[in-house]
Amino acid sequence: MKVAIIGVGWYGFRPNTKDVSFREMMFEAAVRAYEDAGHINPRTDVDTFISCQEDFWEGIAISDEFAPDPIGGAMRPTMTVTGDGLQGILHGVMHIKSGLANITVVESHAKPSDILTMRDIIEFAFDPMYRIGAKNVHFLAGLDALKFMKLRSATREDFAKVVIKNKYNGLKNPRASYAANIGLEDVINKEYTIYPLTDLDISRFVDAAVVVILASEDVARKYTDTPVWINGIYSATDSTIELSELGEARYMKIASKEAYSMAKVNVKEIKAAFVDDTYSYKELQHVEGLGLSDNAVKDLREGEFEKGGKIEVNPLGGHLAKGRPLEVSGLSLLLDAVEYLRQGVVDKAVVASWRGIPTFTGVVGVVSR
Amino acid sequence: MKTNLYFRRVAVIGAGLTLFRRRMLETPQELAWEAARKALDEAGLELKDIDCVVIGSAPDAFDGVHMKGEYLAHGSGGVRKMVSRVYVGGATGVMVPNTAWYHVASGLCEKVLAVAEEKMSPARPHPQSIFRYIWDPILEKPLNPNLIWIFAMEMHRYMHVNKITKEDIALVSVKNKKNALNNPYAQAAANITVDDVLKSEVLVWPVQLLDTSPVSDGAAAMVIVSEDVARRYTDTPVWIEGVGWTLDNTEWTGRELAYPRYLEYAARMAYKMAGVERPNKEIDVIEPYDPFDYKELHHIEGLMITKRGEAPKFLKEGVFDIDGEIPSSPSGGLLGVGNPIAAAGLMKVISIYWQLKGIAGKMQVKRPVHTGVAQAWGDLMQASTVIVMRN
Repeated sequence: MKVAIIGVGWYGFRPNTKDVSFREMMFEAAVRAYEDAGHINPRTDVDTFISCQEDFWEGIAISDEFAPDPIGGAMRPTMTVTGDGLQGILHGVMHIKSGLANITVVESHAKPSDILTMRDIIEFAFDPMYRIGAKNVHFLAGLDALKFMKLRSATREDFAKVVIKNKYNGLKNPRASYAANIGLEDVINKEYTIYPLTDLDISRFVDAAVVVILASEDVARKYTDTPVWINGIYSATDSTIELSELGEARYMKIASKEAYSMAKVNVKEIKAAFVDDTYSYKELQHVEGLGLSDNAVKDLREGEFEKGGKIEVNPLGGHLAKGRPLEVSGLSLLLDAVEYLRQGVVDKAVVASWRGIPTFTGVVGVVSR
Repeated sequence: MKTNLYFRRVAVIGAGLTLFRRRMLETPQELAWEAARKALDEAGLELKDIDCVVIGSAPDAFDGVHMKGEYLAHGSGGVRKMVSRVYVGGATGVMVPNTAWYHVASGLCEKVLAVAEEKMSPARPHPQSIFRYIWDPILEKPLNPNLIWIFAMEMHRYMHVNKITKEDIALVSVKNKKNALNNPYAQAAANITVDDVLKSEVLVWPVQLLDTSPVSDGAAAMVIVSEDVARRYTDTPVWIEGVGWTLDNTEWTGRELAYPRYLEYAARMAYKMAGVERPNKEIDVIEPYDPFDYKELHHIEGLMITKRGEAPKFLKEGVFDIDGEIPSSPSGGLLGVGNPIAAAGLMKVISIYWQLKGIAGKMQVKRPVHTGVAQAWGDLMQASTVIVMRN
């Protein structure tokens, strides 16, 4: 049974959304998604609802209490997946494939502008045994980036090229608050936030909400002539900091292998990739983890990730241009992929999300027209 | 709600529990692994055989860890596998096997380890301080409400609408704590009387100390597999036949507190899937969620085992005793075993699994049982999860 995306809606993607609460953001995104899906009524047409969020980001203990109302899920089977929105899509696919639902709604929202103590919240995500009170929350990314540089003989300029490419690509994206046309010097001459990364190598936070409507094949045909199919999706967690592999994205390797197998797809058929680039080097690491390139640094230098190259990587900007909306990150990449497929630029794309420091979890989806 | 009856059959073949205690010395990861190891042993599987892990844990702040699913992944056996954490507040414990069910029924996984863990004791001075942050941050939090206040309101409303006395309700605590004497994992087993409950400290009237479950640490785990796998590993699988869950709206102040309508909806979903048409006749044993004694009665009514307001009458007649017609909480429930929130919900599902498999030991109910139901409840008195199992 195939699962389709029949509607998407979004709100925000701004550094600050003072004028709305997180619930209003959810509502705005949901209304747009229901409209996009052909005016479906969540109270009667949707079978299950999934919200993706985390208590500490929300500043509320038991934050799923607030999930149902803004998306029409009250008195219905509504649940929370405490993870990235793309993990929610994986659960939605399982709801449909198990026969539990014909239509499932997946929602995720984030309001990092409300978080006054981001460093402390991220510190709480480390194992209590190993909390070191690091003043710089990016220290783990610095270690990971250094290991990657060593493994692949990558340079600072390579990372800067990712930043330049993605910020430039973002100029085409209405959601890209941090899109810009910058040069190599702009990145290289910046002071390091953590060696070898400057603040231009690190995506900035944005507030956003995204709602995606999934449907089984038969039902999708009733609502739209242009569904986007989810051919395969899988997630994997590597392990903890002590046991995970720094320098490479093993979680992506495991998840992509299963997702490709489910989609029955050869990676060579994929012409566009929407991958997590929370840090510039992560894009390269993830592209390799996804099996899209044997040597991402070499391919980047040869322009293989740009339009006309072997595979377009983050052609609508990635997080470096659009910002990183916490748990919405995966859905923001999926949203780009859906738009790209709807525009008819490519037939098939891969979407790959990572949850950010200090986690080692990735989700990979293959989507097609 | 579509309930496709043609999904893959899903079975439980192993379960494990840790002791439920206040201030366990083990870390949350260690507790999770202890339960997971026991479940794998009972199933006859090794960790390498497992392809997906589903984790359940209630508010992140109890363990004091952000992204708690990631943190628990390693202890739960989720190394280099598909791992997710699901969450519906206090109702999470039953949502974990419900989620594991659709991992298998969808065909994405064959062998799933479902783990629930909770360590409430790191919250100082008391877990109630975490519950101060569950409210609407603008409208309610500034009033600094205490969770027991709203349960007191709910209990009062239940008593008022249905003309139920404190004595009627105290019988639940007496029954469950007595049942827990048979449970080797229990924290608060005791042989008490109605009088003991009525004389215990008043927390917020009408809630008294012995009306409530204790603060606990603990973990629970189950191995949930596809039919083909189940047939290879056991001759006595227990089938998950129905799953259901519902969240009511957030505004608890506008709700009729005397009856859990969200539970009725969740139960209808699970019953429809399992083909249960007359719950009071077809269900042999139940584990309704009982963090407070009145909640067990509330939930028996929401599960449609009795009509509204009639659960106390049947309780008094002994229908819900361990040797009664429909034994309720034969494990001892949260009142007797303890309440590490998510783990307590999964403990209830494990209790039903052991009853249906016939390996509940001293907890085994006297009559033969074929259909069992476990249920959990949470959030702002708005979430319920239900699972129907058969042998």
